Amino acid sequence: MSEVTRAETCVVACADLWRDAGEILASPFGLVPMIGARLARATFSPELLMTDGEAMLGSGVWALDEQPQTVEGWLPFRTILELAWGGSRHVVMMPSQVDSRGNANISYIGDDYQRPAVQLLGVRGAPGNTVNHPTSYWLPRHSTRALVPRVDMVCGVGYDSAAAAGPAAERFLDLRRVVTNLAVLDFGGPDHAMRLVSLHPGVERAEVEASTGFELVVEGAVPETRAPSEEELRLIREVIDPTRLRDREVRP
Amino acid sequence: MSEEQVVAELRSGMTIGIGGWGSRRKPMSLVRAILRSDLRDLTVVSYGGPDVGLLCAAGKVRRLIYGFVSLDSIPLDPHFRAARESGQIESVEYDEGMIYLGLLAASHRLSFLPTRAGLGSGVVTTNPELRTVVSPYGGEELLAMPALALDAALVHVNRADAHGNGQYLGPDLYFDDLYCAAAERAYVSCERVVETAELGAGHPATLQINRSAVAGVVPAPNGAHFTSCAPDYGRDEDFQRSYVEAAGSPERWAEFSARYLEVDERGYQEAVTAAAVEAGA
Repeated sequence: MSEVTRAETCVVACADLWRDAGEILASPFGLVPMIGARLARATFSPELLMTDGEAMLGSGVWALDEQPQTVEGWLPFRTILELAWGGSRHVVMMPSQVDSRGNANISYIGDDYQRPAVQLLGVRGAPGNTVNHPTSYWLPRHSTRALVPRVDMVCGVGYDSAAAAGPAAERFLDLRRVVTNLAVLDFGGPDHAMRLVSLHPGVERAEVEASTGFELVVEGAVPETRAPSEEELRLIREVIDPTRLRDREVRP
Repeated sequence: MSEEQVVAELRSGMTIGIGGWGSRRKPMSLVRAILRSDLRDLTVVSYGGPDVGLLCAAGKVRRLIYGFVSLDSIPLDPHFRAARESGQIESVEYDEGMIYLGLLAASHRLSFLPTRAGLGSGVVTTNPELRTVVSPYGGEELLAMPALALDAALVHVNRADAHGNGQYLGPDLYFDDLYCAAAERAYVSCERVVETAELGAGHPATLQINRSAVAGVVPAPNGAHFTSCAPDYGRDEDFQRSYVEAAGSPERWAEFSARYLEVDERGYQEAVTAAAVEAGA
């Protein structure tokens, strides 16, 4: 096998988000998390549910730009919402901004809600997702523009925002990890502050700190993000993403 | 009914719900008819796609109630962005699921439904009218999603009969039945008007919009164009791209409008066919 690319490291870091997840819906946004989810199901989390990107649940493993060969269920948007509110889902969202307590923004950039500097998608399902079921974030470009002291609009609800809103918002809040093109992070610092979990091979701690718009919690020596196994590499390269779409999201 | 007859029943200032999702199964022929009308100051409720973009571009929207606006294969709609960035529309943003609950509350004639979704988010801080409610069973303080009562709903389905029974044949109904149920008057456009017996021959789950909730049926072949209307047709990606590119400058938008929007529905469909022929040649 040729050398492991950064994108492939990110794929297994994303796959690990769904380790031991149980029989829940894996909802990946972004190419790398999508490959990761399919890899998790093809290996250590075979019980995961996954959609075709529209409304059908597919079984088995299928390539990124293909349709599943076998349909095992139907999951239109209304059912996804109901399943999400019941807690049986782990979503990986791809926000434009994330802050140190896990607030995430996909709505707009700027300081005037009624006249934003840059309009993005809107809050989508982020508020409901975060207060109802496990949520992680994927940031293909770790930078001070993406990891900011305070998001312009709270779409995904962070630990501090949930605490301010009260017990009903905190009850099921479960922000797991942030996977970036440089590192893996979680919210295990004091008061759920973002903490450096591992560095991707070839990345220095100083680079991550310089690319983050707030102070990261770093405890002792930071380990390296795990490498994919030979079998994982084969699945990524030959089965799930044979056309290397992953390199478009994370440059080799 | 014709698109023009539907629009004649609408009034400026109304709250209008538009079915579909993103750039999927949108009642575009009805939207185009609104663009040609003198309606204005509309409050639009939508899981937004090019319906919202076009209505914003035409200056028809005073207030937009939405969870997102996206063209799916192209993430952002340029006209919606421009309308927001110029402060042209009043924005009321909800979690996708809150919109579902708002429509459901209206259809049940309730003033609100409680939810966890939205708590702790910018949805609350940007909307001073939102209130919480304390559960009488255990005291949890939840968000009270207000009913989204609609003056009119516009949805597009694959088949309908002349009485207003609608049938969808694609993978997702989205929330079209709730748009109809939440509305004072619901108008259903469809690819083809068929005999009732033909609807009844389909799977019962395809028949989720019945005539009790529908005020009028509009025959509109290719009426969802350029959004998708599976299985009748997919999204016209080339056309969607040209829609986005045309937003790049006032001159190109004027050209696009003259060709596609300042004509009636028949003219639109003819221009679309001609454009496809040109592209293929």
